[in-house]
Amino acid sequence: MIELHDTNASQIAAEFVRARRGSGSPAMGMVMTLIIVVPEDHALVAFDSARLASQEHPARVLGVILGDGRGHGQISAQVGIGDGRSGETALIRLKGEVVRHASSVVLPLLLPDSPVAVWWPVDPPQEPAADPLGSLAQRRITDSAAVTKGRTVALRHQCSAYAPGNTDLAWTRLTPWRAMLAAAVDQRPFRVTRAHVVGERVSPSADLMVAWLTDRLGVEVERSTSDGPGITEVTLEGKHETISLARADGKTAVLSVTGAPDRHVALPRRPVAELLAEELRHLDEDEPYAEAAATLLTLAGQD
Amino acid sequence: MVIFGVTGDLARKKVMPAIYDLANRGLLPPGFSLVGFARRDWEEQDFAQIVEEAVRTHARTEFREEVWTQLSEGFRFVPGDFDDDVAFETLGQTLRELDVQRGTGGNHAFYLAIPPGFFGSVVSQLKEHGLVDGGDAWRRVVVEKPFGHDLESARELNAVLADVFPSGSVFRIDHYLGKETVQNFLAFRFANTLFEPLWNSHYVDHIQITMAEDIGIGGRAGYYDGIGAARDVIQNHLLQLMALVAMEEPHSFDAESLRQEKRKFLSAVTSKEPFSQTTARGQYVAGWAGGDKVAGYLEEDGIAADSRTETYAAITLEVDNRRWAGVPFYLRAGKRLGRRVTEVAVVFRQAPHVPFSELATEDLTQNALVMRVQPDEGMTVRFGSKVPGTAMEIRDVSMDFAYGGTFTESSPEAYERLILDVLLGDPPLFPRHEEVELSWQILDPILEAWAADGEPEPYDSGTWGPLSADAMLARDGRKWRRP
Repeated sequence: MIELHDTNASQIAAEFVRARRGSGSPAMGMVMTLIIVVPEDHALVAFDSARLASQEHPARVLGVILGDGRGHGQISAQVGIGDGRSGETALIRLKGEVVRHASSVVLPLLLPDSPVAVWWPVDPPQEPAADPLGSLAQRRITDSAAVTKGRTVALRHQCSAYAPGNTDLAWTRLTPWRAMLAAAVDQRPFRVTRAHVVGERVSPSADLMVAWLTDRLGVEVERSTSDGPGITEVTLEGKHETISLARADGKTAVLSVTGAPDRHVALPRRPVAELLAEELRHLDEDEPYAEAAATLLTLAGQD
Repeated sequence: MVIFGVTGDLARKKVMPAIYDLANRGLLPPGFSLVGFARRDWEEQDFAQIVEEAVRTHARTEFREEVWTQLSEGFRFVPGDFDDDVAFETLGQTLRELDVQRGTGGNHAFYLAIPPGFFGSVVSQLKEHGLVDGGDAWRRVVVEKPFGHDLESARELNAVLADVFPSGSVFRIDHYLGKETVQNFLAFRFANTLFEPLWNSHYVDHIQITMAEDIGIGGRAGYYDGIGAARDVIQNHLLQLMALVAMEEPHSFDAESLRQEKRKFLSAVTSKEPFSQTTARGQYVAGWAGGDKVAGYLEEDGIAADSRTETYAAITLEVDNRRWAGVPFYLRAGKRLGRRVTEVAVVFRQAPHVPFSELATEDLTQNALVMRVQPDEGMTVRFGSKVPGTAMEIRDVSMDFAYGGTFTESSPEAYERLILDVLLGDPPLFPRHEEVELSWQILDPILEAWAADGEPEPYDSGTWGPLSADAMLARDGRKWRRP
């Protein structure tokens, strides 16, 4: 890592070229630019997740730390390649006036042509697609479960600010649950009449699960509270049979279907890096999420 | 070599450092001497000191005392105005002395690093004082852009030079042609079998040529205002790049064959009308670029508040020949854009039939081949590839060739190559006056239309130009690539 002080975008870009030449111009095969907008105290953890995700998606990772917006603008950066990552990394710290013009620093550093993804590991802007940094990207990733306060409200904000390309890691966490339940329902002629979701009191993922089931099954979905972690049980009831997927320990779930023996399935809570890698795999609009988000707002409006 | 205008930016930042670099690489002929001519009350040692400063700050290779001592023995300085007979007499005297003392063989090159308005008086002075007639020895004159500001002025300028120097002795510097990557265009196209079969309208959808700078006009207000992006770089650099990328194969790499092909190509180029739909121009306004707060064009020092000079220009050209009919060439150049980059992107047509579902190819765009001239010289090929996983999903990937990584010797500066070519009398890389005139013929109708039609559209500093430029490509169902 090379430290640049009181710098600007063109110096950072020049440093990328120098670093690449210095290591013999390896074939990087970078497929995208990933912008991470993160506060200082979460930066290391977020960068570590991005490093793991970059094994699957070699990327130019630009970490943007927005500091105090008062006073004279100042930019410092740590630039490097390699170091267990595939791709290039710059950690850019902004202070003063330039904080309000962060996109001017990032724009010259986007890789030519290839897609851009932006990830807010902690607090996202109210409207990601209208955010100056967000508008540079095709994929905008928020995490309502990681915001510092008001997670339920944060999720509603994200759902109402939905624009094609937005996604939330609270939704990504549901992927294995959704796959398991959909497969179980599809295996037999089975009409669901009631559904029930049990999870932590505050759990954006559980809220999205309720919205998704409501949207897909067109039935009323009950929500009740447990000690967690996360979602602990989803039950789908038909006239004569019941499907339930219960995970008490956050690792292994039990799938029980009326008339069949209980089966154990691995359903661990996944690390953020894995969720991020999954989201970066598709860069087109996530339609099921769009529908679930719309349903969530309708349900919230009924309260 | 005699440099007129030795105190200017061009001489200090480019020409003199390049001469030193050549000396350092052992490529200058023994006895090479440098005569500076300027309106300064300097002694020889003052001149040597100016050159030394220029070399120490701007040369590419390291400073070596022994090389410098050798080189500086041949430095002379002649003070005077361009209309000062005595000064040109002294210049003649100095040159004759150098011929004897240093054995230069009577060969003289005159480098006119001065505004074109002075060319007339300098070359007629040279003629009057018998400096252009060398008998067996050669006399060459080197000039820099701008080669006029339209067809007519270009012809006048050429007439002035042609009056004194035969056309084979006039070396017009277009420093882009001295760049390694640009010369590599020819190697790339004509030494390989892989690309040439695709190089035509059957496979190519369109070509984008971009020259973007992230800086503003800096201290060049006097030069730039009234000239603008189209005259400053499209007329020369971009059209020359276009010619090298798209011309037919010359039968050999000698100057005459190359020029013939370039001439033939440029005479087939036409601008697409109506210009209100096929061109765009803009002027940068204050904003944030790359994290720096910058002023708008109209606020720059020395620019009138109502200047209509464009700092961004985009044009659509067509080539009327069998190879390129129907393939648009989009050329754009500008200042205060997203980043500094010069590149040529050849964008290919989509495959006529794709046996995959629409869903599978959602993230797949057109294949492209990008030749980067600067910075980070090299080439990128973009094509589709399957994303690992159980589903058939196809996404763009790119393959890179970095010029700097494959050849570890750092590329010589364009000026080194060009100055060396002047001394060797090797002209393939210098545009002839016919090419200059053809370029103006292409550009003049656009410039006239712009002059008659309002003001350039403002664009934010640090972005990729005015909205009208995006609209211009959108009309054709295309998009500028992010370079």
